[in-house]
Amino acid sequence: MKRTLMDRVLDWLRPRLPVDAAIEFAEHKSVPAYKGSVWYYFGGVSLFLFIVQVTTGILLIMYYQPGLQTAYESVRFTVVHVRFGWLVRSIHTWSANLMIFAVFVHMFSVFFTRAFRRPRELTWFSGLVLLALCLGFGFSGYLLPWNTLAFFATKVGTAIVATTPFIGKGVMEILRGGKDVGAETLTRFFGLHVAIMPALFTVILTVHLTLVQIQGMHEPHEWASAPESEKRRMPFFPNFILRDLLLWLIVLNVLAILAVMFPWEIGHKADPSAAAPLGIKPEWYFLFMYQALKFFPGKILGLDGDAVGVVLFAIGGLLWALVPIWDVRLPEGARNRVVTYVGLVVVLAIIVLTGIGLS
Amino acid sequence: MVEEKPDHPSRRSFLNTLLGISVLGWMGSVLFPIVEYFKIPPRKDDEPTSVVAASLKTLKPNQGVIFKFGSTPGILIMSPDGQLRAFSAVCTHLDCTVKYRPDLQKIHCACHGGMYDLNGQNISGPPPRPLTPYKVVQRGDDVIVSKA
Repeated sequence: MKRTLMDRVLDWLRPRLPVDAAIEFAEHKSVPAYKGSVWYYFGGVSLFLFIVQVTTGILLIMYYQPGLQTAYESVRFTVVHVRFGWLVRSIHTWSANLMIFAVFVHMFSVFFTRAFRRPRELTWFSGLVLLALCLGFGFSGYLLPWNTLAFFATKVGTAIVATTPFIGKGVMEILRGGKDVGAETLTRFFGLHVAIMPALFTVILTVHLTLVQIQGMHEPHEWASAPESEKRRMPFFPNFILRDLLLWLIVLNVLAILAVMFPWEIGHKADPSAAAPLGIKPEWYFLFMYQALKFFPGKILGLDGDAVGVVLFAIGGLLWALVPIWDVRLPEGARNRVVTYVGLVVVLAIIVLTGIGLS
Repeated sequence: MVEEKPDHPSRRSFLNTLLGISVLGWMGSVLFPIVEYFKIPPRKDDEPTSVVAASLKTLKPNQGVIFKFGSTPGILIMSPDGQLRAFSAVCTHLDCTVKYRPDLQKIHCACHGGMYDLNGQNISGPPPRPLTPYKVVQRGDDVIVSKA
């Protein structure tokens, strides 16, 4: 048989890298095929959207200039004068929103299928750190165009941080780079958004993906007691990866349609001396927390209402993160429903609060 | 299964060609905007056609002054015999900004020792070409420099 270029490349690599072990690994990698298989795609979609973010983000930096006199102007220049600048910015914003959505779906699917259980606790924890970083990306990136909405959303967001007992004020001043949101905040958020968080994200994403490779895909817990003949699996290469790539292509097309049909406005330049306009709201993925805080009265048992709310949210988040520890395995056959109920309550609360916040 | 004639392309290779073409088309539609994005659009305020470079009240013979011509520097020189000359102050070697040296009566580039005479001709050192000359007009005390 004729030796292809691929064969030659592999022959060259063979003495240098464990090529055969890698091929062997890839050939045996499989994905469970069952009614819940659709959820396996959301991690991949999140990864794809992250790649889109990195690519469009690098393009945006080419023309972006942080600074009170330049940030808004440079974004406007990119959108108005640079060829396809409007498209790049619009895709970056849409992709950011879709990525947060995909990451949330990914997290809840892992939660409800209990894929966080031993031995995958570390994958769950690293995933939550990635989610936190995604929210950080959203929060810091929102400010960079320096428009009115972003300016006030950042003021409110950092002021909420300040209500945290003991450390809040200090953290807020570190975030703002001073007592108020200004030029220092913009440069700090820019540094966070394009350097510090991408570096952290890359490291933790590598850990996350490596753990997935080491542990293999999580199998539905019904499989534990099922006979081997009833378990259907799909080879990762090429069956699953081709479906993955097709989905990525569809997501990219959806992104292009959204970006072209519904381009993101750049708004009005922030004026720190003007009064806040009506309708100041955080991005939709912060809305449920923002809305919940509105329900807390100013004082609760003599304590600051917002502070109580922030602390409750922190405790809730911590409990959510620690689910691999408090979720107890029941004897085979009996399903522990507590996790499902907790998850449903959280999903419902997020949907309802977001709905109230949007209306 | 239908037997293929060996000299006819099989259905598989036809589909593979089709797939290849669509992948190429898709790559083109992604790469085209990215390549276009890097073409820096002209900024209108970058390119004034003329500027007031200096005032005759301050410029003396055997003296040079650097002025801003849009985003690039220009150099205006009053020669020892009182003639006004203006050039682009960007060295033709590697883009450093040149300056007038009254002691040598030459235009000098400090980066790599390039030297130009009072007509902007490169006379020693690495510069490969003369400095780009500008047109000089006097209006009252103002010296107005414009691109020739």
